[in-house]
Amino acid sequence: MAVVELFGTWFSPYAYRVIWALKLKGISYEYIEEDIRNKSPLLLQYNPIHKKVPVLVHDGKPICESTVILQYIDEIWPQNPLLPADPYDRAVALFWIKFADDKVYLMSKLYQADGEEQRAAVKEWLEMLEVMEEHALIGGKKFFGGDEINMVDIAFSFVAHWLGVLEDVVGLEIFEPHKFPRVSSWIQNFKSIPLIKENLPDADKMSAFSKHGREMMLASKSN
Amino acid sequence: MAEEVVLLDFWPSPFGMRSRIALAEKGIKYEHKEEDLRNKSALLLQMNPVHKKIPVLIHNGKPVCESLIQVQYIDEVWHDKAPLLPSDPYQKATARFWADYVDKKIYEVGGRVWKTKGEKQATAKKELIETLKLLEKELGDKPYFGGESLGYVDVAFIPFYSWFYALEKCGNFSIEAECPKLIAWAKRCMQKESVAKSLPDQQKVYDFILEMKKHFGIE
Repeated sequence: MAVVELFGTWFSPYAYRVIWALKLKGISYEYIEEDIRNKSPLLLQYNPIHKKVPVLVHDGKPICESTVILQYIDEIWPQNPLLPADPYDRAVALFWIKFADDKVYLMSKLYQADGEEQRAAVKEWLEMLEVMEEHALIGGKKFFGGDEINMVDIAFSFVAHWLGVLEDVVGLEIFEPHKFPRVSSWIQNFKSIPLIKENLPDADKMSAFSKHGREMMLASKSN
Repeated sequence: MAEEVVLLDFWPSPFGMRSRIALAEKGIKYEHKEEDLRNKSALLLQMNPVHKKIPVLIHNGKPVCESLIQVQYIDEVWHDKAPLLPSDPYQKATARFWADYVDKKIYEVGGRVWKTKGEKQATAKKELIETLKLLEKELGDKPYFGGESLGYVDVAFIPFYSWFYALEKCGNFSIEAECPKLIAWAKRCMQKESVAKSLPDQQKVYDFILEMKKHFGIE
């Protein structure tokens, strides 16, 4: 039987996307924790272009970029499909996955910003949340995937869990639930799913780790 | 039911070119609507309210946005002719990875080549050549990224060839000198009617870039 290995880091939202996809499909895998400050030779061999996690290695063959990995997983193991079968619905799902993918950089943008830059970053976050509220979650669905989560829910997971940690680290409330009722509902539904709830990095641990890193980074910025 | 296909487009857009090529490869008849990006049509704003960008593919009244998603959609709906994505899942993943790489790198780095000068431009030129060399390495000895025939990565990448002349003039360098195999690949793609008809004349693109530079006050 082919071996499945996943290279990730304990706090990476991208790695968690792959973990959830594999678990949803009931696929056994070996997880390898990477230290991003000291990347293993194996990781650099499997992902020479980007040198990043996650990397899925299936039967010795590496696949890089989380969205590429998820589509691969969905094609190899079709049970509990992560994308709609209809080509048009699939195109719409892929649009929202790309939208989410193109916004994840807002995490590090806010993390690294202070002063005027921080105000600009917050503005961008609010604009993104508005798009989710006004365009992505219309139709009164429980999840982006309908009654069950799919790849779009997984792609937006950084909003459901990692944003809260970021707010704690920078000491700002960006997401006000009453301003984004649909997004708020979705977050609660998403985090209630046992598979998700039981497979999330510890928020306090991430917060402490990130706060320390941010202090050092901002200190060196002002020097 | 007769298929109705409309493409909202802008002639120098490499992203629009991707969908033009895919539609041509499949022999699909469609209505091409040129947009004035300084005065976007009501249709564009209605069909792509999130980004308000071209290209937008409208199939039987329903919009598909984002060029690579359009190419994949076209490939799936009109699957009986000229397949663009491989059928093997691992090869498909490899194709998606490289198309994503083109998306992440070429437009942004290429943009810096014509938008900047001095040291910033020198850095951009260096990065562009490094990126192109990596793609050249991935191509290897294959006639196309897709193997024996034009594939997904070829469609994703070849539109940027129409911008090479403009970038070379702006940056005062030769891409062919650094990446001869890549230029050979590009010329091979241009032999195909679907590509030749979808890419604008390189001089026209250069004139357009010069106008943009004037408009943005870039010397």
